[in-house]
Amino acid sequence: MASEFLIEIKDVNFAYGRRPILTGINMTIPRGKVVAIMGISGSGKTTLLRLIGGVLKPTSGEIWVDGECTSALDQAGIYRLRRRMGMLFQFGALFTDLSVFDNVAFQMREHTDLPESMIRDLVMMKLHAVGLRGAHKLMPAELSGGMARRVALARAIALDPLIMMYDEPFTGLDPISLGVIANLVRQLNDTLGTTSLVVTHDVQEALNVVDYVYYLADGKMKTHGTPEALRADKDPLVHQFVYGEAEGPVAYQYPGKDYGEELKLGKRCEASPPGGRHAA
Amino acid sequence: MPHRSLPTIRSIGASAIDNVMRLGYATRFIGLTIAHSGTSFARPGLIIRELYFTGVLSLIIILVSGLFVGMVLGLQGYQTLTTYGSESALGVLVALSLVRELGPVVAALLFASRAGSAMTAEIGLMKATEQLSAMEMMAVDPIARVVAPRFWAGVISMPLLAAMFSAMGIFGGYIVGVVLIGVDEGSFWSQMQSAVDVREDVVNGVIKSFVFGVAITWISLFEGYDAPPTAEGVSGATTRTVVTSSLAILGLDFILTSFMFRGI
Repeated sequence: MASEFLIEIKDVNFAYGRRPILTGINMTIPRGKVVAIMGISGSGKTTLLRLIGGVLKPTSGEIWVDGECTSALDQAGIYRLRRRMGMLFQFGALFTDLSVFDNVAFQMREHTDLPESMIRDLVMMKLHAVGLRGAHKLMPAELSGGMARRVALARAIALDPLIMMYDEPFTGLDPISLGVIANLVRQLNDTLGTTSLVVTHDVQEALNVVDYVYYLADGKMKTHGTPEALRADKDPLVHQFVYGEAEGPVAYQYPGKDYGEELKLGKRCEASPPGGRHAA
Repeated sequence: MPHRSLPTIRSIGASAIDNVMRLGYATRFIGLTIAHSGTSFARPGLIIRELYFTGVLSLIIILVSGLFVGMVLGLQGYQTLTTYGSESALGVLVALSLVRELGPVVAALLFASRAGSAMTAEIGLMKATEQLSAMEMMAVDPIARVVAPRFWAGVISMPLLAAMFSAMGIFGGYIVGVVLIGVDEGSFWSQMQSAVDVREDVVNGVIKSFVFGVAITWISLFEGYDAPPTAEGVSGATTRTVVTSSLAILGLDFILTSFMFRGI
């Protein structure tokens, strides 16, 4: 059963009603690797993560996670599968009514019968791994953005998941926290022997730590390869994305009326004077 | 060419369909909540924690309001009864008004605005900050872990709060009527004792507040769970909780009263 690939996505299509979000996605994620799913906002990255987590079901196609097909599982089966998954949400999604300690202990208390003394040891180990053992008594509101993200990371690895999923882990962090999180992603993957899936558009940070990249555009798999291959990619769309250029195939201007027409340049005399609405 | 009134008719139809759908969701939601209540009863700590937030923290407003309502009843009741020379029935008037109507209804209105709105806002914000999604990804069912304990805590605390409201109100009536105005203490209590029936008055009052408790927590939890995950969405849901709960309380009260006190 231990296939080389932990996650296999075969010809997956997904649509909200009639609006297609993902079309013809094929992906394999090998065990023990850090794989990034990249693409501009709205390209369907997070949807892909939700499909793997079984939150959404594909319209057609199959998703195999650790030897199980998610669309064939019932709610209990999905929950059983999720115990093998850890997920870091975009802004951490810590439980604001629980302390840092209780946040990390949450899954252990919900899913295991471990004695409180052992839970304490485990929580301290997980917090130590993200460098926040000293902060275990704080409440989420007392943490900085970077710290909250690290606590959420400790919570996600609480039950030593087989798969770690990161939904935009770098968004809104200062450069130091960003580097810390990026290194943690790599470090935890290698020391815990997990497989990691990082959804991100922070190209430079991600390219430094991942093994393989899938690039999504408009719900389709545009290209995939190693970070080096992606940096050298000649496709104008991929090039624009990797080097963050304002102009390229992805237009800077949101489609709209012609600029001249919008400003009524043709019929200047009819336009109201500045502040005219108030003056009238 | 379509008639001018077509868009109006269409929008009335659309909103009717929307409301029926929402009612369906809400029914499914309460069904799921009750079906997934096992966790709450297996771990009473979850309910006790919520009892503190919904019940204990509502005590101050309930007790103070109860006292004042009772004192006003004492004053007004004395004014009216003394016209007919029957101020000795003041105890009966205060007790029956409170136990049958004012206790359950006013306590429920206060509970909806104090605890119900808080529940909606809390769950709505948990949803907006992805805490509920995070819980689901951790293979923990938010309905069982977050919603059900709050539901049972609300259902348990509502009748208790209403009872305390009535007790406090009777005490307020006693202070004004007996201590300040000087109505005979013996007749105040003994007439109350003989006129208030346990089954007819007290139990009916408890049934009312139980029904209100179910309605308020159901509305509050559903509004929170169903709120659009934005600041605007949560604030709208909180407002709707208070408005809908208040109307539900008053409407249900009329229906319950008409069934309970038919023979009187």
